[in-house]
Amino acid sequence: MIKAAVSVPPAGVIEGYRQVAPVIEREGDAATVDTTGVYFQQLNDAIRRLVADGVTTVRVTGANGQRYIGAGLRVPGVRIEVHGTAGNDTAMFMDGAEVEVFGNAQDGVGNTMSSGRVIVHGDAGDVLGYGMRGGRVFVQGDVGYRVGIHMKAYEKHVPVVVCGGKARDFFGEYMAGGVLVLLGVNTHFPEQPLVGGFTGAGMHGGVMYVRGTVEPWQCGAEVGITEACEEDLGVLRPLVEEYAEAFGEDAEAIMDGPFVRIAPVSHRPYAKLYASM
Amino acid sequence: MQQTFVQPEFRVRIDYDKCHKCGRCVQQCGWGVYDFAERPIPHDEKCRACHRCVTYCPAHCITIEKNALAFRENDNWSTNLVKGVWKQADTGGVLLTSMGNPRPYERIFDKLVLDACQVTNPSIDPLREPMELRTYLGRKPDAVQVESDGNGGFRLAEGGGMTNNLKLDTPIIFSPMSYGSVSLNVHRSLAMAAERLGILMNTGEGGLHEDLYPYQDHAILQVASGRFGLNPEVLGRAAALEIKIGQGAKPGIGGHLPGEKIDREVSATRMIPQGSDAISPAPHHDIYSIEDLRQLIYAIKEASGYKPVGVKIAAVHNVAAIASGIVRAGADYVYLDGFRGGTGAAPAVIRDHIGIPVEVAIAAVDQRLRDEGIRNQASIIAAGSIRSSADAAKAIALGADVVAIGTAALLALGCHLCQSCHTGKCSWGITTQKPELTRRIDPEWGAERLTNLVHAWSHELQEILGALGVNAVESLRGSRERLRSIGLDEHTCRVLGVKPAGM
Repeated sequence: MIKAAVSVPPAGVIEGYRQVAPVIEREGDAATVDTTGVYFQQLNDAIRRLVADGVTTVRVTGANGQRYIGAGLRVPGVRIEVHGTAGNDTAMFMDGAEVEVFGNAQDGVGNTMSSGRVIVHGDAGDVLGYGMRGGRVFVQGDVGYRVGIHMKAYEKHVPVVVCGGKARDFFGEYMAGGVLVLLGVNTHFPEQPLVGGFTGAGMHGGVMYVRGTVEPWQCGAEVGITEACEEDLGVLRPLVEEYAEAFGEDAEAIMDGPFVRIAPVSHRPYAKLYASM
Repeated sequence: MQQTFVQPEFRVRIDYDKCHKCGRCVQQCGWGVYDFAERPIPHDEKCRACHRCVTYCPAHCITIEKNALAFRENDNWSTNLVKGVWKQADTGGVLLTSMGNPRPYERIFDKLVLDACQVTNPSIDPLREPMELRTYLGRKPDAVQVESDGNGGFRLAEGGGMTNNLKLDTPIIFSPMSYGSVSLNVHRSLAMAAERLGILMNTGEGGLHEDLYPYQDHAILQVASGRFGLNPEVLGRAAALEIKIGQGAKPGIGGHLPGEKIDREVSATRMIPQGSDAISPAPHHDIYSIEDLRQLIYAIKEASGYKPVGVKIAAVHNVAAIASGIVRAGADYVYLDGFRGGTGAAPAVIRDHIGIPVEVAIAAVDQRLRDEGIRNQASIIAAGSIRSSADAAKAIALGADVVAIGTAALLALGCHLCQSCHTGKCSWGITTQKPELTRRIDPEWGAERLTNLVHAWSHELQEILGALGVNAVESLRGSRERLRSIGLDEHTCRVLGVKPAGM
């Protein structure tokens, strides 16, 4: 038998972080974890233990960039509240749980996520939703570069990312499935374009909706821009309503649009690139 | 339409006096070479020289010959270059090919010889004396912790720093080949063989099909840039996880599994729609630095309960520095894939001109990790054309812990190196998803052949170790003093850390 036993990795001394367990206060099936200055391994270990012990709401306080909060969590119905800044790869590989961040989130939110929901009351960084295959991510404000990269759908699993602000270059790059929405309503950059360049570069599945105008020069060669039709608005409405509910906004005002639809012109963009030897 | 200038590469000759007119060649050929009108009529231009028809012709009346069309002699313009230009003028396409780099670069393994004991220390007979091939893959502790067993002896302390190692009964494992590029029956064969041999197979980046769950303790699951077939459940199933950065056959470029290879089962395993291209980006877009690599390694560890995580890279110019970064990023093993490694599809220009030989990569990485005092922190897996047990022994002597075989494994299953995997029409049922072809491989038969091959190589390794006078493969690892070179230049010898024969 080849078996990899679970072990706690050797603890190195990380400057500014304590290699100690966080302070936990438990009340019934809820728990508060004070993670001020605690390293990510001890924090996430504590979350996993609490969830295994039947806790359904974990309130993480004092978060200051600790990585992987909720990573790989496979327990539906579990809710993690993060107060502070959620670190890189928040909810990575997550399958079924919910993470709500009261603050900003760093890079890689929802990376390769399977299902569940993430809500960020703030801005989020780069590569949000990389390879995401299900679940929903809502960001109130702006997002970084390469957001929604390589999202993919499979049968009933359709990932959704809704960003309330603006996005940088390569929005929806390589996208293979799912729905990626950009609203442009809550932004720190009112003077800047909604999206950067290379939007949808390499896109070969799924759909993007952007509230406002996107010019062809902002897009990759693999996508086309059209006005969102009734059917598109039917897809959008429940997502916008969920966004508005999460952040206390006016769904109808957002739905006033106008929205454009950005979608691939082919699901096999490179079929003619090669000559067989 | 204009006639192409590219003439058939092969001639299919049928001795019609012997031919039974049974039509088996027509049925066996995946390339559609044969028409049948009272007797089989071959279309030479479709032949890939895979010998499927030759092997199954009951009358032994088929021969495949090289089409020996003469060109005026020209050492500068090889026939292949000329044909490439014509083909690209026809199509405007990137020339696509498969399997490993076939060009006549120097083969360093063939210029290295191993030592043997004579007179001054005894050689060992492995048939009658213990000869250990067991190898542990993963991070080793800086110091072994032992404790009393209570009976006056000692045992490894709880964990002892070895808990995250994978036990291999022989230092030969199967290299990553994805379900999608190869058929499910190939994956089943590899998985069954890995279990019987006490070794590992590797899913490649196509995910772990549920038929392989019974063998999951012998499967490495790849996390590649396309993130296909990954969810926390499969992460929890695999024995180890491997971040694929690069592949020897195509360093620095991504992959496109063409839509026609994505049938229902492949689509379910990769968790992507049927019929649409599976595109793997060139880089992981969450890894732009060693720090980012560390981030992904620990993301996978966090999500998988701290299973071993390896990193596979193509051997390229600065491989030693890169490997050092990988080890410092927390990888449990570094997988070095040399420029002769195989592929299911790669642009010929990349396959044939990018990367370096695995032999120098192993030596450079092993030396660098030793110099930095971190060699114990990760194992080295070497691949990229391990063609025999001799190559395996030489790779280990140069510094590898384990070797991985891909092409050799496919050869055991019937591959004839026709370099046409990318067409999806493999007549041997290996690199295809067409049901009428994939059923040509019975997993039980395949597993037996793979088991035979690895057993045979393991016996040969034991013989080599015996001749060297050592009784464990660990004693050969990195022991370059037991290698000599014949006809290698001084610089290469210096990089390899190997003396010329006679010194």
